[in-house]
Amino acid sequence: MKMRGARILLESLRCEGVKHVFGYPGGAVLHIYDELVKHAEELGITHYLVRHEQASLFGAAGYAQATGKTGVALVTSGPGGTNAVTGIANAFMDSLPMVVFTGQVPTHLIGNDAFQEADLTGITRSCTKHNYLVKHVEDLAPTIKEAFHVASTGRPGPVLVDLPKDMTAQEIEFSYPETIDIRSYKPQVYGDPKAVRKAVGAMLQAERPVLYIGGGAHAAGAYEEVKQLAEKLNLPTTCTLMGLGAFPASHPLSLGMLGMHGGYWTNMAVNNSDLLISIGARFDDRVTGKLSEFASGAKFIHVDIDASCISKNVPCDYPVVGDAKIVVQQMLKELEEQLAGGEKVASKVSWHDQIAAWKKQHPLWWKEEGDVIKPQYVIEELHRITKGQAVVSSDVGQHQMWTAQLYGFDTPRNWLNSGGLGAMGYGFPAAVGAAVARPNDLCVAVVGDGGFQMVLNELATVKQYNIPVKILLINNGFLGMVRQWQEQFYEHRYSHSNIEVQPDFVKLADSYGVAAFRATKMNEVSHTLEKALNTPGPVLIEMKVAREENVFPIVPAGAALKDMILS
Amino acid sequence: MRHTISLLVENEYGMLTRVAGLFSARGYQIDTLNVAPTLEEGVSRMTLTTHGNDHVIQQILQQSHKIIKVIDVVDMTIVPHVEREMVMLTVNAQQGEQRQEVLSLVEIFRAKVVDVNTDSFILEMTGNAEKVNAFIELLKPIGITDIVRTGPVAMTRVAHVKAQRLKDEDEEFSELTLNEKV
Repeated sequence: MKMRGARILLESLRCEGVKHVFGYPGGAVLHIYDELVKHAEELGITHYLVRHEQASLFGAAGYAQATGKTGVALVTSGPGGTNAVTGIANAFMDSLPMVVFTGQVPTHLIGNDAFQEADLTGITRSCTKHNYLVKHVEDLAPTIKEAFHVASTGRPGPVLVDLPKDMTAQEIEFSYPETIDIRSYKPQVYGDPKAVRKAVGAMLQAERPVLYIGGGAHAAGAYEEVKQLAEKLNLPTTCTLMGLGAFPASHPLSLGMLGMHGGYWTNMAVNNSDLLISIGARFDDRVTGKLSEFASGAKFIHVDIDASCISKNVPCDYPVVGDAKIVVQQMLKELEEQLAGGEKVASKVSWHDQIAAWKKQHPLWWKEEGDVIKPQYVIEELHRITKGQAVVSSDVGQHQMWTAQLYGFDTPRNWLNSGGLGAMGYGFPAAVGAAVARPNDLCVAVVGDGGFQMVLNELATVKQYNIPVKILLINNGFLGMVRQWQEQFYEHRYSHSNIEVQPDFVKLADSYGVAAFRATKMNEVSHTLEKALNTPGPVLIEMKVAREENVFPIVPAGAALKDMILS
Repeated sequence: MRHTISLLVENEYGMLTRVAGLFSARGYQIDTLNVAPTLEEGVSRMTLTTHGNDHVIQQILQQSHKIIKVIDVVDMTIVPHVEREMVMLTVNAQQGEQRQEVLSLVEIFRAKVVDVNTDSFILEMTGNAEKVNAFIELLKPIGITDIVRTGPVAMTRVAHVKAQRLKDEDEEFSELTLNEKV
């Protein structure tokens, strides 16, 4: 059947199994929105109108983080696209599968500085996995097929498809390609057996190993495999900020999070290890601190589907390129064989004892100080009340670190945050995406007063669609992390980090028709939280917390892990 | 160390910027760059020279390989190969001794005179970078008024084609490309 490009786009989405689209209309995408209103129901696609394009990208990202499915965003040309760039860069840094459709001026106007024209493929080249400008309507369906394939395979990432307005107007026979073969793109999923053998040999011999799990374990869904590997070899296991939940926090082998705000025992274990087994992590600077002193006595096993990640930051002794799930399966099989062949697992009793001693020496801590609400307590209460089972979407800053440290994620894909890019404003719209994707799960956005004010317009979105996101606002009237650094590293000079001039958030929510609660004292936290979480629909909960609380431990930027500040 | 890197790419819109953009975004240097079609329609060969330590070169290879429409990446420097570039120069060639001197250099370097004027020549010469440099140095005292170089192109010697394919599915892949070089 002949149909216009706009309809072809939607039919293609249906073929890809897309059910939810986050978007914002504009001139260049009017044909698409026109087809959407005519055919959404039969196509089974629900469109969520956000209140700023960035939120459509964050929504799609939250959707992807909460499910592993490819998130879809649709925005218009020019400013629509440029507003989306932060969200695209975020997905790129955190390797989230996403396809972004942007409008473009008609092909005959491209390059003419037309109204709402921006070179979106040019602008996003360095923050997309790949991008396309569709110049012929017959390329439209194959391009969409390719975009979804590229976004969701290998190391996932955002793919942008730029759609000139005439491409959505022209008519052509629709047929969606069933298969795809991109000659220049063949991700290597199976690990080289020799490399796997050597890596397993090293694991058996290690006396002070640490298993170090990154976001790649989520991307590959390697949860069961990683757990088996840890248990079979009795490996102390730490997760990166992006890896949290890939290994249960309550597991006896769990060390919690490592890095800049990692536990003392965790960082000490990593730093004193003789073998660091990295699965889908990338030795980010927030993890390693000063590279030259990072685990200097350790050999490194590095499993990653992106070969360019291996030996990028630290020289790797045992590289294995491949999909985390498949490679760890290969490792488990190899392990069986080597054990059957008479190899023994080195004893780690004294290593576990040592780590336990470190943990006893300097556990995570915070202290009650009268009536004032301690933010850490809020997170602990959130964990208690939700039984650790909520989908928690965090914004960026101190509250993000407290949540990462204290919520204790036992379940995969329940922890959403902007780890790589650190984009303030992520938490709330990402929670919207998660709530759309997982309507049966409680979705909580833990946000600060800084980040929330970047995206509070999305209150209208949650109201419009009655999306039951619970916004837990940790309000200290500061850009907390900036203030902490200014206190610790800039002699208390609080330069432009004080944001105590702010709206009455309860009244604000009320004006959007969103239920709101507030607690200002420690003894109000529990029941306020419980009441709010049990209120149907979208809810805002404001916690007026201690203004100058710090996140500990902290490894100062550029310092070695061992030089972390504990209090 | 200087490396000559050969990329086989889909000749799609924006391909050059994808490669060049990668280099600028990650702080690598492109010293020379050459792009031209291959026998296969829609596929181009990019030959570029760059410099850096082994770690940087390894990253350049891996990061370029990651560009979706790059079909193949080869570090020509570490495989037996032939490398050539072309230079065109306008040189002073006044009647008499100077003219003779230029012509004898043309002879020695197997260059060609491609344009003649009363007081200048345009010369064309191909060779590897060292030869081109030597030719230029010898012509400098005589007076070069204009110069254009293509930058090197390179071709693997046939018997060794298999050696270091980044996109090879050979099981030695990870060891060859990652272990030995790092």
